[in-house]
Amino acid sequence: MWTWFHKLASPPHFYALADKLIPWLSVPGYLLIAYGVYAGLFIAPEDYQQGDAFRIIYVHVPSAYLSMLAYMIMAIAGGIGLIWRMKLAHAVAASCAPLGASFTFLALATGSIWGRPMWGTWWEWGDPRLTSELILLFLYFGYMALRGAIDDTAKADKASAVLALVGAVNVPIIHFSVEWWSSLHQGPTLIKEGGPAIDPGMLYPLLAMIFGFSLVFGGMLLRRVRTEVLRRESRTRWVKDMMLQSQEG
Amino acid sequence: MLAVGLAVLGVAAAAGLTLQAFKDNMMFFVSVTEVVAGEYPKDRNFRVGGLVVDGSIERADGSLDVNFMVTDLRCEIPVMYTGVLPDLFREGQGVVAHGRMDAAGTFVADEVLAKHDENYMAPEVAESLAMQHSDGIAMAASGEQLECDVE
Repeated sequence: MWTWFHKLASPPHFYALADKLIPWLSVPGYLLIAYGVYAGLFIAPEDYQQGDAFRIIYVHVPSAYLSMLAYMIMAIAGGIGLIWRMKLAHAVAASCAPLGASFTFLALATGSIWGRPMWGTWWEWGDPRLTSELILLFLYFGYMALRGAIDDTAKADKASAVLALVGAVNVPIIHFSVEWWSSLHQGPTLIKEGGPAIDPGMLYPLLAMIFGFSLVFGGMLLRRVRTEVLRRESRTRWVKDMMLQSQEG
Repeated sequence: MLAVGLAVLGVAAAAGLTLQAFKDNMMFFVSVTEVVAGEYPKDRNFRVGGLVVDGSIERADGSLDVNFMVTDLRCEIPVMYTGVLPDLFREGQGVVAHGRMDAAGTFVADEVLAKHDENYMAPEVAESLAMQHSDGIAMAASGEQLECDVE
């Protein structure tokens, strides 16, 4: 029953599988983003209060969503690595961090650009949503710094996995911040009682962007994990064999 | 292991401090009724939140001075501000003003932030909605529904 799990954990098997999977994630991902950008900019109606300025939502929301999803993947992968001593899981966690940090930065930057004309401020320290998202960025930085500071890969894996797991407490704080505390940031639009509070013409491009971003992120992640696996396994037989083969071919 | 221990401690401390800071900040703004009742910090700047009363916005010609009333559907206070207002600032809109009360009972703001809600609509939809039922906020914002009885 667990053979698929053990097979997945085997680096050569994963390396080949990821190679096949990457185009199946990236191509539909970019297609969805292409549709989302076009429909979001040209087809979706303008907002009754914000006019055309609301369209930054099509970058802001997918980025913010992925900043949290990437962290959860990183923490869960770190946990799996700790519990089952699965090296591949640690490789996944390590590969997740720079991507998650990039999406977090994108969410903060687009949010700031959006906030200046609409709310009247670039940044508001008193707002729990903004502050907890900034803490997420620092968690990613801390994770990467901790990894970089420890030379021994096995030790770095363990230490950073613990950090990722402890920091995971921040993710629900980000999500529920707008409900728990009074904030400048508005409450959830998509996941709420009575369904999404957004015009369908605006919603479909947004969903396309969220799924598109997720698929492209999946493709990027697999590509990074492949490189990470090669780096970690560079002294093993299968990597040497594969390199020799590719030189001959 | 020492590094891990320090990292865990650091994160735990950061999380604790953050939650504490948010707890202090939970009342991100003081309500208008509280201001009228005198329940606000007298010696420092604070935030007051409410809706901009319909028809109360007065702009002085040739300057950025603007006066308007803010209500929480019970009480109203006048607000004075000089500067550029956010795009979302308009009648009936939720705003949060930062500043202090002057002796005359006017809130002198040095910053006005506009909140927006979680609804995104096309303009036509918003118009037809407003036609169907002029909603409670607009009616209440004219200041007739609840009495401002502050002990």
